[in-house]
Amino acid sequence: MRTNDVMLQTATKVVTFIILMFAVHIFFAGHYTPGGGFVGGLLTTSAIVLLMLSFDISTVKKILPINYVTMTAIGLLIALATASGAIIFDVPFFTHAFGYFDLPLFGKTSLHSAMLFDAGVYLVVVGVTMTIIQTIGEDE
Amino acid sequence: MSNLLLFPIIIPLFFAAILMMFPKNVKLQRVLAVVGAGAALLSALVLLAKVNTDGVQAVTLGSWPAPFGISMVSDPLSALLVVTASILVLLVIFYSIPTIGLRREQSYYYPAVLFLMVGVNGAFTTGDIFNLFVFVEVLLMASYTLIVHGGEKPQLRESIKYLLVNIISSALFVAAVAFLYSVTGTLNMADLAVKIPQIEETGILTVIAVMFLVVFGFKAAIFPLYFWLPGSYYAPPIPILALFGALLTKVGVYAIMRTYTLFFTMNVGFTHELLGIIAILTIFAGCVGALAYFDVKKIIIYNIIIAVGVILFGVAQLNQPGIDGSIMYLIHDMMIKAALFFLVGIIAVLFGTTDLRKMGGLIKTYPVLGWVYLLTAFGLAGIPPLSGFPGKLLIIQGGFEGPQFWGSIVVLATSLIVLLSSVRIFVYAFWGQPVETVPLKKSTFNQMFIPTVILVAMTVVFGVGAELFMPLISGAGEVLLNPSIYIDAVLKE
Repeated sequence: MRTNDVMLQTATKVVTFIILMFAVHIFFAGHYTPGGGFVGGLLTTSAIVLLMLSFDISTVKKILPINYVTMTAIGLLIALATASGAIIFDVPFFTHAFGYFDLPLFGKTSLHSAMLFDAGVYLVVVGVTMTIIQTIGEDE
Repeated sequence: MSNLLLFPIIIPLFFAAILMMFPKNVKLQRVLAVVGAGAALLSALVLLAKVNTDGVQAVTLGSWPAPFGISMVSDPLSALLVVTASILVLLVIFYSIPTIGLRREQSYYYPAVLFLMVGVNGAFTTGDIFNLFVFVEVLLMASYTLIVHGGEKPQLRESIKYLLVNIISSALFVAAVAFLYSVTGTLNMADLAVKIPQIEETGILTVIAVMFLVVFGFKAAIFPLYFWLPGSYYAPPIPILALFGALLTKVGVYAIMRTYTLFFTMNVGFTHELLGIIAILTIFAGCVGALAYFDVKKIIIYNIIIAVGVILFGVAQLNQPGIDGSIMYLIHDMMIKAALFFLVGIIAVLFGTTDLRKMGGLIKTYPVLGWVYLLTAFGLAGIPPLSGFPGKLLIIQGGFEGPQFWGSIVVLATSLIVLLSSVRIFVYAFWGQPVETVPLKKSTFNQMFIPTVILVAMTVVFGVGAELFMPLISGAGEVLLNPSIYIDAVLKE
């Protein structure tokens, strides 16, 4: 029997983007307020999982041809490299650098090296959760 | 270079992340795994030299002041253990190449080994009790991967048991950490060592100390919490078993050593006597198992439990010979267990079985293997001048100087059982009527045998040249017995 999921699919097409935008917002909010790479990553995963539920795994794989294990590895390397930057400057590991910069369009913006670390965390979280979900969800 | 002590943790993590990107290229996997473990070993050796000349190294992550940030501390004990662990991981990788099989190599075997190394080195180095939990989780995650790696039926069955036991003990770990924090208000180990003596209500602290003993006891496999170990360790293939037997339980033993010398010393009459009694019971339980089985893997696995008891008995004495002895015996045991598993692995491959009763007569075809095995077995039992002897001697001396002299007698007597159990393998596998062996290519045999011989040679050097290593060992013991050295190194900045 074919189920009629036009409603779900139509709604998903819109909602996915709302979730993804919210994930980006949460990711950047993470320094001074609740949020960050971990939650942002989970939200992104939930958006992709929603796509998988309303369409199917092979369609989503066509849209996002990403090897999530490699993604995890890249995330780990980014996080590790950011933290290891401290070694070059001979300060304790994980010491972060920050400052205020005048950027075009954004105006006065505070930039942190911790954000790069969080980007690594984001990639690891998306990579790991998607690997788990794909492994469980796929049948041979 | 204040970050030097982190290199043995960062380097394997870096290589593990790189190796995750191309699982199918086995050649590159092998090369990079060896390079990664080798580089980590090199940095560990530099670290040990630095700790030996400049004293305890400490760095608090993120430039936070000491009791607030996460401290990483490398005292002689942790540096020694990091070096030993790195040597073993490197040799296990060499031993894995001919034995683990192409299919496993292609499914993230080497990254998992390196992640395990990250966890083990991190657990040995951290100076923060919550961070210790985190690193234990890292090594447990890697060990979950390794224990189920390959997906054979016994592996799947045992991994469920292993997972359950470890999840329960991890939950208890967090609960114990929370209790400790609510009583003391800190989780930095050096800060704990300052705060705990100031607290007058020792009753609640004793309860927490025993909770930690239970938590670490699950990992270290002490009596009666060892029940999961013989089954779970039996399931995975030999290289993984060697890695687990040599490193995983030792992290639990190290954690007990660290906490029971650094800060849980407010009620020694209760906690350390309890530890001593449990240690002796652990030895008994291990002895029963080591004699009961005709399976070579099982016999060595039960010998792990015996060794854990011997080491912890030394720790429980809390005097200089006892502590020195347990450090020495800990390092000896990590090496000798890996060597024994390597040897037993070769024997099992040659006969195509692990059942002693189906073996025999190997001395005629592989005489060198036989004599190397006998040497290792003597080392395990502690026959002078091999590596088990000086450590055990000091532990027994510590027992006689302390209140639990009867424990020393048990340790002495059970040495004979250890000898019996390990020589039994020699008698059954190498003597008697020759049994037909599985043909093994000369090159494969050498690939397995060379890392084994290197490891056995190292244990012999460690035993015969014990006098050379003694300054290092007693330096490590001194820091354990005088927590003020450790505290000053972390909190002075």
